[in-house]
Amino acid sequence: MIELENVAYSYGGAELLSDISLKLAPGSFHFLTGPSGAGKTTLMKLCYGALLPTAGHVRLFDADVRGLTRDDVAMVRRRVGVVHQDCQFLDHLPVRENVALPLHVSGRSQEAAGEDLNDLMHWVGLTKRANALPPELSGGERQRAALARAVIMSPEVVLADEPTGNVDWDMSQRLLRLLIELNRMGKTVLVATHDLGLIRATKTHVQARVLRIANRRIQLAGADL
Amino acid sequence: MRRLAKRLSRVFASDPQADRVVPPSGFTAQLTLFAAGAMAFLAVFALALSLASGRLAARWGDELGRSATIRIAAPADQQQAQTEAALRILETTRGVQSARAFTSEEQAALLAPWFGTELSLDALPVPQLIEVIETSGGMDPAGLRLRLAAEVPGAVLDDHSRWRAPLVKAASRLRFLGWTAIVLIGAVMAAMVTLAAHAALAANAQVIRVLRLVGATDDYIAQAFIRRFTLRALSGASAGMVLGMLAVLLMPRGGDETASFLTGLGFQGWHWILPLVLPLLAAVVAFIATRLAARRTLEELS
Repeated sequence: MIELENVAYSYGGAELLSDISLKLAPGSFHFLTGPSGAGKTTLMKLCYGALLPTAGHVRLFDADVRGLTRDDVAMVRRRVGVVHQDCQFLDHLPVRENVALPLHVSGRSQEAAGEDLNDLMHWVGLTKRANALPPELSGGERQRAALARAVIMSPEVVLADEPTGNVDWDMSQRLLRLLIELNRMGKTVLVATHDLGLIRATKTHVQARVLRIANRRIQLAGADL
Repeated sequence: MRRLAKRLSRVFASDPQADRVVPPSGFTAQLTLFAAGAMAFLAVFALALSLASGRLAARWGDELGRSATIRIAAPADQQQAQTEAALRILETTRGVQSARAFTSEEQAALLAPWFGTELSLDALPVPQLIEVIETSGGMDPAGLRLRLAAEVPGAVLDDHSRWRAPLVKAASRLRFLGWTAIVLIGAVMAAMVTLAAHAALAANAQVIRVLRLVGATDDYIAQAFIRRFTLRALSGASAGMVLGMLAVLLMPRGGDETASFLTGLGFQGWHWILPLVLPLLAAVVAFIATRLAARRTLEELS
Protein backbone atom coordinates (compact mmCIF):
# COMPACT_ATOMS: atom_id res chain seq x y z
CA MET A 1 0.00 0.00 0.00
CA ILE A 2 2.57 2.48 1.18
CA GLU A 3 6.17 1.67 0.49
CA LEU A 4 9.29 3.64 1.28
CA GLU A 5 12.55 2.55 -0.26
CA ASN A 6 15.86 4.06 0.92
CA VAL A 7 14.10 7.32 1.50
CA ALA A 8 15.94 10.37 2.75
CA TYR A 9 14.53 13.75 3.57
CA SER A 10 16.41 16.91 4.38
CA TYR A 11 15.26 20.37 5.32
CA GLY A 12 17.57 22.96 3.82
CA GLY A 13 20.62 20.71 3.60
CA ALA A 14 20.38 19.13 7.06
CA GLU A 15 19.29 15.55 6.69
CA LEU A 16 16.44 14.63 9.01
CA LEU A 17 15.74 11.13 7.77
CA SER A 18 18.04 8.88 5.82
CA ASP A 19 17.93 5.44 4.31
CA ILE A 20 14.43 4.67 5.48
CA SER A 21 12.79 1.57 4.10
CA LEU A 22 9.31 0.74 5.23
CA LYS A 23 6.40 -1.23 3.90
CA LEU A 24 2.89 -0.90 5.27
CA ALA A 25 1.13 -4.12 4.38
CA PRO A 26 -2.68 -4.19 4.14
CA GLY A 27 -4.30 -4.75 7.50
CA SER A 28 -1.17 -4.06 9.55
CA PHE A 29 -1.00 -1.86 12.64
CA HIS A 30 2.16 0.15 13.16
CA PHE A 31 3.30 2.58 15.79
CA LEU A 32 5.88 5.16 14.92
CA THR A 33 7.76 6.52 17.86
CA GLY A 34 10.84 8.51 18.68
CA PRO A 35 11.77 11.72 20.48
CA SER A 36 10.25 15.04 19.47
CA GLY A 37 11.84 16.44 16.37
CA ALA A 38 13.05 13.02 15.26
CA GLY A 39 10.99 13.29 12.09
CA LYS A 40 7.77 11.43 12.88
CA THR A 41 5.56 14.06 11.29
CA THR A 42 7.90 14.35 8.30
CA LEU A 43 7.71 10.59 7.77
CA MET A 44 3.91 10.74 7.98
CA LYS A 45 3.84 13.53 5.42
CA LEU A 46 6.00 11.47 3.10
CA CYS A 47 3.38 8.72 3.44
CA TYR A 48 0.51 10.83 2.12
CA GLY A 49 2.34 12.79 -0.52
CA ALA A 50 2.54 16.11 1.31
CA LEU A 51 6.32 15.99 0.99
CA LEU A 52 8.51 14.54 -1.70
CA PRO A 53 11.59 12.57 -0.59
CA THR A 54 14.93 14.17 -1.34
CA ALA A 55 16.31 10.72 -2.14
CA GLY A 56 14.88 7.25 -2.60
CA HIS A 57 11.38 6.30 -3.65
CA VAL A 58 7.97 6.55 -2.03
CA ARG A 59 5.29 4.43 -3.61
CA LEU A 60 1.66 5.07 -2.73
CA PHE A 61 -0.66 2.36 -4.02
CA ASP A 62 2.07 1.22 -6.41
CA ALA A 63 2.65 4.65 -7.93
CA ASP A 64 5.82 6.64 -7.37
CA VAL A 65 4.94 9.96 -5.74
CA ARG A 66 7.29 11.82 -8.03
CA GLY A 67 5.15 10.85 -10.97
CA LEU A 68 1.88 11.97 -9.38
CA THR A 69 0.11 15.08 -10.60
CA ARG A 70 -1.65 17.33 -8.11
CA ASP A 71 -4.92 15.68 -8.97
CA ASP A 72 -3.38 12.24 -8.46
CA VAL A 73 -2.28 13.32 -4.99
CA ALA A 74 -5.85 14.44 -4.29
CA MET A 75 -7.07 10.99 -5.32
CA VAL A 76 -4.50 9.32 -3.05
CA ARG A 77 -5.77 11.42 -0.13
CA ARG A 78 -9.24 10.00 -0.66
CA ARG A 79 -7.80 6.54 -0.04
CA VAL A 80 -5.68 7.62 2.93
CA GLY A 81 -7.33 9.04 6.00
CA VAL A 82 -5.09 11.47 7.86
CA VAL A 83 -5.49 12.67 11.42
CA HIS A 84 -3.25 15.68 11.77
CA GLN A 85 -1.30 16.56 14.85
CA ASP A 86 -3.04 19.94 14.95
CA CYS A 87 -6.42 18.95 13.59
CA GLN A 88 -7.39 21.55 11.04
CA PHE A 89 -11.03 22.20 10.27
CA LEU A 90 -13.08 24.72 8.39
CA ASP A 91 -13.94 26.84 11.38
CA HIS A 92 -17.02 28.39 9.85
CA LEU A 93 -18.78 25.06 9.24
CA PRO A 94 -20.33 22.88 11.95
CA VAL A 95 -18.59 19.68 13.00
CA ARG A 96 -20.99 17.49 11.10
CA GLU A 97 -20.19 19.21 7.80
CA ASN A 98 -16.50 19.14 8.56
CA VAL A 99 -16.67 15.41 9.08
CA ALA A 100 -18.56 15.03 5.79
CA LEU A 101 -16.16 17.35 3.93
CA PRO A 102 -14.22 14.54 2.19
CA LEU A 103 -17.51 13.30 0.72
CA HIS A 104 -18.40 16.76 -0.56
CA VAL A 105 -15.06 17.43 -2.19
CA SER A 106 -15.09 14.09 -3.94
CA GLY A 107 -18.55 14.68 -5.38
CA ARG A 108 -20.38 12.25 -3.08
CA SER A 109 -22.43 14.88 -1.27
CA GLN A 110 -25.61 12.81 -1.33
CA GLU A 111 -23.95 10.27 1.00
CA ALA A 112 -23.43 12.99 3.57
CA ALA A 113 -27.15 12.98 4.22
CA GLY A 114 -27.17 9.26 4.83
CA GLU A 115 -27.33 7.17 7.95
CA ASP A 116 -23.62 6.38 7.73
CA LEU A 117 -22.68 9.84 8.85
CA ASN A 118 -24.95 9.57 11.87
CA ASP A 119 -23.43 6.21 12.74
CA LEU A 120 -19.97 7.63 12.42
CA MET A 121 -20.80 10.64 14.61
CA HIS A 122 -22.21 8.24 17.14
CA TRP A 123 -19.15 5.99 16.93
CA VAL A 124 -16.85 8.86 17.86
CA GLY A 125 -19.34 10.10 20.44
CA LEU A 126 -20.01 13.47 18.82
CA THR A 127 -23.71 13.16 18.07
CA LYS A 128 -24.56 15.88 20.56
CA ARG A 129 -21.84 18.17 19.29
CA ALA A 130 -22.70 17.75 15.60
CA ASN A 131 -23.84 21.34 15.16
CA ALA A 132 -21.07 22.97 17.15
CA LEU A 133 -18.36 24.90 15.37
CA PRO A 134 -14.85 23.40 15.57
CA PRO A 135 -13.43 26.21 17.74
CA GLU A 136 -16.03 25.34 20.37
CA LEU A 137 -14.77 21.78 20.72
CA SER A 138 -12.42 20.49 23.41
CA GLY A 139 -9.09 18.92 22.46
CA GLY A 140 -10.45 15.40 22.68
CA GLU A 141 -13.53 16.24 20.67
CA ARG A 142 -11.39 17.79 17.98
CA GLN A 143 -9.24 14.68 17.80
CA ARG A 144 -12.32 12.47 17.50
CA ALA A 145 -13.85 14.70 14.87
CA ALA A 146 -10.58 14.55 12.94
CA LEU A 147 -10.62 10.77 13.19
CA ALA A 148 -14.21 10.63 11.97
CA ARG A 149 -13.30 12.86 9.03
CA ALA A 150 -10.30 10.68 8.28
CA VAL A 151 -12.35 7.51 8.01
CA ILE A 152 -15.59 8.73 6.41
CA MET A 153 -14.36 7.85 2.93
CA SER A 154 -13.67 4.35 4.20
CA PRO A 155 -9.97 4.70 3.36
CA GLU A 156 -7.62 1.76 3.06
CA VAL A 157 -5.02 3.41 5.25
CA VAL A 158 -5.39 5.60 8.33
CA LEU A 159 -2.43 7.75 9.32
CA ALA A 160 -2.69 9.38 12.73
CA ASP A 161 -0.06 11.85 13.85
CA GLU A 162 -0.07 12.17 17.66
CA PRO A 163 -3.81 11.60 17.82
CA THR A 164 -3.60 11.68 21.60
CA GLY A 165 -1.32 14.68 21.71
CA ASN A 166 -3.38 16.97 23.89
CA VAL A 167 -6.00 14.76 25.49
CA ASP A 168 -6.08 13.02 28.85
CA TRP A 169 -5.37 9.34 29.43
CA ASP A 170 -8.99 8.18 29.27
CA MET A 171 -9.61 10.00 26.06
CA SER A 172 -6.41 8.68 24.48
CA GLN A 173 -7.53 5.17 25.43
CA ARG A 174 -10.85 5.78 23.70
CA LEU A 175 -9.18 7.10 20.58
CA LEU A 176 -6.85 4.15 20.46
CA ARG A 177 -9.78 1.79 20.79
CA LEU A 178 -11.36 3.45 17.78
CA LEU A 179 -8.16 2.95 15.80
CA ILE A 180 -7.95 -0.68 16.89
CA GLU A 181 -11.54 -1.20 15.75
CA LEU A 182 -10.66 0.28 12.38
CA ASN A 183 -7.73 -2.08 12.14
CA ARG A 184 -9.99 -5.03 12.89
CA MET A 185 -12.17 -3.87 10.01
CA GLY A 186 -9.16 -4.38 7.79
CA LYS A 187 -7.70 -0.90 7.60
CA THR A 188 -3.98 -0.35 7.62
CA VAL A 189 -3.13 1.91 10.55
CA LEU A 190 -0.02 3.92 11.30
CA VAL A 191 0.03 5.91 14.53
CA ALA A 192 2.83 8.30 15.38
CA THR A 193 3.18 8.90 19.10
CA HIS A 194 5.86 9.57 21.67
CA ASP A 195 3.70 8.06 24.42
CA LEU A 196 5.21 4.67 25.21
CA GLY A 197 2.59 3.93 27.86
CA LEU A 198 -0.06 4.18 25.21
CA ILE A 199 1.81 1.77 22.96
CA ARG A 200 2.14 -0.74 25.78
CA ALA A 201 -1.55 -0.46 26.58
CA THR A 202 -2.47 -1.00 22.96
CA LYS A 203 -0.20 -3.94 22.34
CA THR A 204 -2.31 -6.07 24.61
CA HIS A 205 -5.26 -5.62 22.23
CA VAL A 206 -3.70 -5.76 18.82
CA GLN A 207 -0.74 -7.19 16.98
CA ALA A 208 1.15 -3.93 16.55
CA ARG A 209 4.65 -3.38 15.27
CA VAL A 210 6.61 -0.53 16.74
CA LEU A 211 8.96 1.49 14.57
CA ARG A 212 11.36 3.83 16.24
CA ILE A 213 13.16 6.70 14.62
CA ALA A 214 16.63 7.15 16.04
CA ASN A 215 19.68 8.73 14.50
CA ARG A 216 17.74 9.60 11.34
CA ARG A 217 17.01 5.93 10.73
CA ILE A 218 14.12 3.66 11.44
CA GLN A 219 14.41 0.58 13.60
CA LEU A 220 12.01 -2.11 14.55
CA ALA A 221 11.71 -1.79 18.31
CA GLY A 222 12.11 -5.03 20.20
CA ALA A 223 10.38 -6.59 23.15
CA ASP A 224 11.68 -3.94 25.52
CA LEU A 225 8.43 -2.10 25.21
CA MET B 1 -14.45 28.95 -26.87
CA ARG B 2 -16.71 26.00 -26.30
CA ARG B 3 -14.57 24.91 -23.38
CA LEU B 4 -14.88 28.37 -21.89
CA ALA B 5 -18.67 28.22 -22.27
CA LYS B 6 -18.72 24.83 -20.61
CA ARG B 7 -16.64 26.05 -17.70
CA LEU B 8 -18.80 29.14 -17.37
CA SER B 9 -21.94 27.06 -17.27
CA ARG B 10 -20.37 25.05 -14.47
CA VAL B 11 -20.00 28.27 -12.53
CA PHE B 12 -23.73 28.80 -12.65
CA ALA B 13 -24.68 25.20 -12.04
CA SER B 14 -24.69 25.74 -8.34
CA ASP B 15 -23.17 23.41 -5.81
CA PRO B 16 -24.26 25.06 -2.58
CA GLN B 17 -21.82 23.00 -0.54
CA ALA B 18 -18.86 24.03 -2.68
CA ASP B 19 -19.88 27.62 -2.04
CA ARG B 20 -19.92 27.14 1.67
CA VAL B 21 -16.44 25.70 2.02
CA VAL B 22 -15.01 29.17 1.58
CA PRO B 23 -16.03 31.44 4.44
CA PRO B 24 -18.11 34.44 3.46
CA SER B 25 -16.10 37.64 3.12
CA GLY B 26 -18.18 40.73 3.72
CA PHE B 27 -16.10 43.78 3.00
CA THR B 28 -14.00 42.66 0.04
CA ALA B 29 -17.12 41.25 -1.58
CA GLN B 30 -18.72 44.69 -1.41
CA LEU B 31 -15.61 46.23 -2.94
CA THR B 32 -15.62 43.84 -5.87
CA LEU B 33 -19.29 44.51 -6.44
CA PHE B 34 -18.76 48.25 -6.29
CA ALA B 35 -15.76 48.19 -8.60
CA ALA B 36 -17.52 46.02 -11.16
CA GLY B 37 -20.50 48.35 -11.02
CA ALA B 38 -18.41 51.48 -11.45
CA MET B 39 -16.51 49.96 -14.34
CA ALA B 40 -19.71 48.95 -16.11
CA PHE B 41 -21.14 52.42 -15.57
CA LEU B 42 -18.06 53.98 -17.19
CA ALA B 43 -18.10 51.40 -19.95
CA VAL B 44 -21.67 52.37 -20.86
CA PHE B 45 -20.53 55.95 -21.41
CA ALA B 46 -17.46 54.93 -23.37
CA LEU B 47 -19.71 52.78 -25.50
CA ALA B 48 -22.18 55.64 -26.04
CA LEU B 49 -19.32 57.93 -26.99
CA SER B 50 -17.88 55.43 -29.44
CA LEU B 51 -21.20 54.76 -31.11
CA ALA B 52 -22.17 58.45 -31.29
CA SER B 53 -18.83 59.50 -32.78
CA GLY B 54 -19.06 56.58 -35.18
CA ARG B 55 -22.46 57.82 -36.34
CA LEU B 56 -21.13 61.34 -36.65
CA ALA B 57 -18.15 60.26 -38.74
CA ALA B 58 -20.42 58.29 -41.03
CA ARG B 59 -22.86 61.17 -41.42
CA TRP B 60 -20.26 63.81 -42.09
CA GLY B 61 -18.44 61.61 -44.49
CA ASP B 62 -21.65 60.79 -46.30
CA GLU B 63 -23.38 64.16 -46.51
CA LEU B 64 -20.36 66.28 -47.22
CA GLY B 65 -18.82 63.73 -49.46
CA ARG B 66 -21.69 63.85 -51.85
CA SER B 67 -21.68 67.55 -52.60
CA ALA B 68 -19.19 70.01 -54.05
CA THR B 69 -19.17 73.69 -54.96
CA ILE B 70 -17.78 75.50 -57.97
CA ARG B 71 -16.97 79.14 -57.56
CA ILE B 72 -16.68 81.31 -60.64
CA ALA B 73 -14.86 84.56 -60.20
CA ALA B 74 -14.78 86.32 -63.56
CA PRO B 75 -15.12 89.88 -64.83
CA ALA B 76 -18.78 90.88 -64.68
CA ASP B 77 -19.32 90.68 -68.42
CA GLN B 78 -17.96 87.12 -68.66
CA GLN B 79 -19.57 85.69 -65.57
CA GLN B 80 -22.77 84.58 -67.18
CA ALA B 81 -20.99 82.94 -70.11
CA GLN B 82 -18.53 81.13 -67.87
CA THR B 83 -21.32 79.89 -65.62
CA GLU B 84 -23.13 78.42 -68.56
CA ALA B 85 -19.93 76.84 -69.82
CA ALA B 86 -19.30 75.29 -66.44
CA LEU B 87 -22.83 73.91 -66.26
CA ARG B 88 -22.37 72.39 -69.72
CA ILE B 89 -19.21 70.69 -68.62
CA LEU B 90 -20.91 69.37 -65.51
CA GLU B 91 -23.75 67.92 -67.57
CA THR B 92 -21.30 65.71 -69.35
CA THR B 93 -19.20 64.84 -66.32
CA ARG B 94 -19.56 61.34 -65.06
CA GLY B 95 -20.55 61.07 -61.39
CA VAL B 96 -22.49 64.29 -61.32
CA GLN B 97 -26.13 63.81 -60.49
CA SER B 98 -27.19 67.41 -60.78
CA ALA B 99 -25.67 70.86 -60.90
CA ARG B 100 -27.36 74.14 -60.29
CA ALA B 101 -26.26 77.73 -60.21
CA PHE B 102 -27.31 79.62 -57.12
CA THR B 103 -29.71 82.45 -57.84
CA SER B 104 -28.69 85.91 -56.76
CA GLU B 105 -31.28 85.77 -53.97
CA GLU B 106 -29.77 82.60 -52.60
CA GLN B 107 -26.31 84.12 -52.74
CA ALA B 108 -27.58 87.21 -51.00
CA ALA B 109 -29.02 84.98 -48.25
CA LEU B 110 -25.67 83.23 -47.85
CA LEU B 111 -23.87 86.55 -47.52
CA ALA B 112 -26.46 88.20 -45.32
CA PRO B 113 -24.79 87.16 -42.06
CA TRP B 114 -21.71 89.15 -43.10
CA PHE B 115 -23.06 92.10 -45.04
CA GLY B 116 -26.62 92.42 -43.82
CA THR B 117 -29.65 92.47 -46.06
CA GLU B 118 -29.40 96.11 -47.03
CA LEU B 119 -26.53 95.74 -49.42
CA SER B 120 -27.20 95.14 -53.07
CA LEU B 121 -24.93 92.47 -54.48
CA ASP B 122 -24.95 94.08 -57.88
CA ALA B 123 -22.50 96.63 -56.58
CA LEU B 124 -20.01 93.95 -55.57
CA PRO B 125 -18.00 91.52 -57.68
CA VAL B 126 -19.53 88.50 -55.98
CA PRO B 127 -18.46 85.19 -57.51
CA GLN B 128 -21.15 82.90 -58.86
CA LEU B 129 -21.63 79.62 -56.97
CA ILE B 130 -22.68 76.31 -58.52
CA GLU B 131 -23.83 73.49 -56.30
CA VAL B 132 -22.86 70.06 -57.54
CA ILE B 133 -24.56 66.92 -56.17
CA GLU B 134 -22.64 63.74 -56.85
CA THR B 135 -24.04 60.32 -57.57
CA SER B 136 -23.32 57.66 -55.03
CA GLY B 137 -20.39 56.51 -57.17
CA GLY B 138 -18.72 59.90 -56.76
CA MET B 139 -16.91 61.97 -59.38
CA ASP B 140 -13.28 62.49 -60.25
CA PRO B 141 -12.47 65.98 -58.90
CA ALA B 142 -9.01 66.12 -60.52
CA GLY B 143 -10.40 65.41 -63.98
CA LEU B 144 -13.14 67.95 -63.54
CA ARG B 145 -10.61 70.52 -62.42
CA LEU B 146 -8.56 70.02 -65.58
CA ARG B 147 -11.57 70.41 -67.82
CA LEU B 148 -12.73 73.51 -65.96
CA ALA B 149 -9.25 75.03 -66.15
CA ALA B 150 -9.26 74.55 -69.90
CA GLU B 151 -12.68 76.01 -70.63
CA VAL B 152 -13.70 78.16 -67.65
CA PRO B 153 -10.60 80.00 -66.43
CA GLY B 154 -12.39 81.66 -63.53
CA ALA B 155 -13.75 78.45 -61.97
CA VAL B 156 -12.51 76.93 -58.75
CA LEU B 157 -13.79 73.53 -57.68
CA ASP B 158 -14.15 72.93 -53.96
CA ASP B 159 -15.10 69.32 -53.29
CA HIS B 160 -15.28 69.90 -49.51
CA SER B 161 -12.63 67.30 -48.88
CA ARG B 162 -10.33 69.94 -47.48
CA TRP B 163 -12.45 70.61 -44.44
CA ARG B 164 -14.35 67.36 -44.45
CA ALA B 165 -11.28 65.20 -43.90
CA PRO B 166 -10.20 66.57 -40.50
CA LEU B 167 -13.74 66.43 -39.17
CA VAL B 168 -14.23 62.84 -40.18
CA LYS B 169 -10.77 62.06 -38.89
CA ALA B 170 -11.53 63.67 -35.53
CA ALA B 171 -14.77 61.77 -35.20
CA SER B 172 -13.06 58.50 -36.10
CA ARG B 173 -10.32 59.18 -33.60
CA LEU B 174 -12.91 59.88 -30.95
CA ARG B 175 -14.55 56.58 -31.71
CA PHE B 176 -11.18 54.83 -31.47
CA LEU B 177 -10.54 56.49 -28.10
CA GLY B 178 -13.94 55.31 -26.92
CA TRP B 179 -13.18 51.72 -27.79
CA THR B 180 -9.73 52.02 -26.24
CA ALA B 181 -11.41 53.23 -23.06
CA ILE B 182 -13.66 50.17 -23.07
CA VAL B 183 -10.68 47.85 -23.49
CA LEU B 184 -8.85 49.67 -20.68
CA ILE B 185 -11.89 49.43 -18.43
CA GLY B 186 -11.95 45.70 -19.09
CA ALA B 187 -8.24 45.43 -18.30
CA VAL B 188 -8.59 47.43 -15.08
CA MET B 189 -11.41 45.16 -14.04
CA ALA B 190 -9.30 42.10 -14.75
CA ALA B 191 -6.50 43.58 -12.66
CA MET B 192 -8.87 44.39 -9.84
CA VAL B 193 -10.50 41.00 -9.76
CA THR B 194 -7.05 39.40 -9.85
CA LEU B 195 -6.01 41.44 -6.81
CA ALA B 196 -9.21 40.67 -4.97
CA ALA B 197 -8.95 36.98 -5.81
CA HIS B 198 -5.34 36.89 -4.66
CA ALA B 199 -6.35 38.52 -1.40
CA ALA B 200 -9.19 36.06 -0.93
CA LEU B 201 -6.96 33.09 -1.71
CA ALA B 202 -4.27 34.31 0.66
CA ALA B 203 -6.80 34.97 3.41
CA ASN B 204 -8.13 31.45 2.98
CA ALA B 205 -4.81 29.60 2.85
CA GLN B 206 -5.90 27.58 5.89
CA VAL B 207 -9.15 26.56 4.20
CA ILE B 208 -7.26 25.53 1.09
CA ARG B 209 -4.84 23.44 3.17
CA VAL B 210 -7.71 21.61 4.84
CA LEU B 211 -9.44 20.99 1.52
CA ARG B 212 -6.25 19.63 -0.04
CA LEU B 213 -5.77 17.41 2.98
CA VAL B 214 -9.16 15.77 2.62
CA GLY B 215 -8.65 15.11 -1.06
CA ALA B 216 -10.07 18.13 -2.88
CA THR B 217 -8.68 18.70 -6.35
CA ASP B 218 -7.39 22.11 -7.39
CA ASP B 219 -10.38 22.40 -9.70
CA TYR B 220 -12.83 21.99 -6.86
CA ILE B 221 -11.09 24.57 -4.70
CA ALA B 222 -10.67 27.03 -7.56
CA GLN B 223 -14.32 26.61 -8.48
CA ALA B 224 -15.49 27.92 -5.13
CA PHE B 225 -13.52 31.15 -5.66
CA ILE B 226 -14.21 31.46 -9.37
CA ARG B 227 -17.94 31.14 -8.85
CA ARG B 228 -17.92 33.78 -6.21
CA PHE B 229 -16.00 36.38 -8.18
CA THR B 230 -17.78 35.68 -11.45
CA LEU B 231 -21.17 36.16 -9.85
CA ARG B 232 -20.00 39.29 -8.06
CA ALA B 233 -18.69 40.80 -11.28
CA LEU B 234 -21.89 39.85 -13.06
CA SER B 235 -24.23 41.36 -10.50
CA GLY B 236 -22.09 44.44 -9.88
CA ALA B 237 -21.71 45.11 -13.59
CA SER B 238 -25.43 44.58 -14.15
CA ALA B 239 -26.27 47.23 -11.60
CA GLY B 240 -23.67 49.61 -13.04
CA MET B 241 -24.93 48.98 -16.54
CA VAL B 242 -28.53 49.73 -15.60
CA LEU B 243 -27.51 52.96 -13.89
CA GLY B 244 -25.33 53.93 -16.83
CA MET B 245 -28.13 53.30 -19.30
CA LEU B 246 -30.53 55.33 -17.19
CA ALA B 247 -28.05 58.18 -17.14
CA VAL B 248 -27.67 58.03 -20.92
CA LEU B 249 -31.44 57.91 -21.28
CA LEU B 250 -31.82 61.02 -19.15
CA MET B 251 -29.32 63.02 -21.23
CA PRO B 252 -31.05 66.08 -22.70
CA ARG B 253 -31.98 65.61 -26.37
CA GLY B 254 -32.60 68.12 -29.14
CA GLY B 255 -30.75 70.50 -31.37
CA ASP B 256 -30.45 70.03 -35.08
CA GLU B 257 -28.76 67.09 -36.68
CA THR B 258 -25.30 68.49 -37.24
CA ALA B 259 -24.90 70.36 -33.99
CA SER B 260 -26.10 67.42 -32.00
CA PHE B 261 -22.86 65.73 -31.11
CA LEU B 262 -23.36 66.36 -27.39
CA THR B 263 -27.11 65.99 -27.41
CA GLY B 264 -26.82 62.96 -29.68
CA LEU B 265 -24.62 61.11 -27.20
CA GLY B 266 -26.59 57.94 -26.67
CA PHE B 267 -27.77 54.76 -28.26
CA GLN B 268 -29.95 54.40 -31.30
CA GLY B 269 -31.93 51.43 -32.51
CA TRP B 270 -30.34 48.07 -31.95
CA HIS B 271 -27.35 49.72 -30.28
CA TRP B 272 -29.38 49.63 -27.09
CA ILE B 273 -28.60 45.92 -26.97
CA LEU B 274 -24.84 46.47 -26.80
CA PRO B 275 -24.64 47.68 -23.18
CA LEU B 276 -26.53 44.55 -22.14
CA VAL B 277 -23.46 42.58 -23.19
CA LEU B 278 -21.24 44.45 -20.70
CA PRO B 279 -22.20 42.43 -17.58
CA LEU B 280 -21.55 39.21 -19.47
CA LEU B 281 -18.17 40.50 -20.58
CA ALA B 282 -17.43 41.50 -16.99
CA ALA B 283 -18.34 37.99 -15.86
CA VAL B 284 -16.07 36.43 -18.47
CA VAL B 285 -13.21 38.74 -17.50
CA ALA B 286 -13.70 37.95 -13.80
CA PHE B 287 -13.92 34.25 -14.56
CA ILE B 288 -10.66 34.19 -16.47
CA ALA B 289 -8.85 36.46 -14.00
CA THR B 290 -9.92 34.42 -10.95
CA ARG B 291 -9.13 31.17 -12.67
CA LEU B 292 -5.60 32.26 -13.49
CA ALA B 293 -5.07 33.68 -10.01
CA ALA B 294 -6.39 30.52 -8.35
CA ARG B 295 -4.25 28.27 -10.56
CA ARG B 296 -1.15 30.24 -9.71
CA THR B 297 -1.83 30.37 -5.99
CA LEU B 298 -2.80 26.72 -5.68
CA GLU B 299 0.34 25.58 -7.48
CA GLU B 300 2.38 27.44 -4.90
CA LEU B 301 0.62 25.78 -1.97
CA SER B 302 1.33 22.15 -1.36
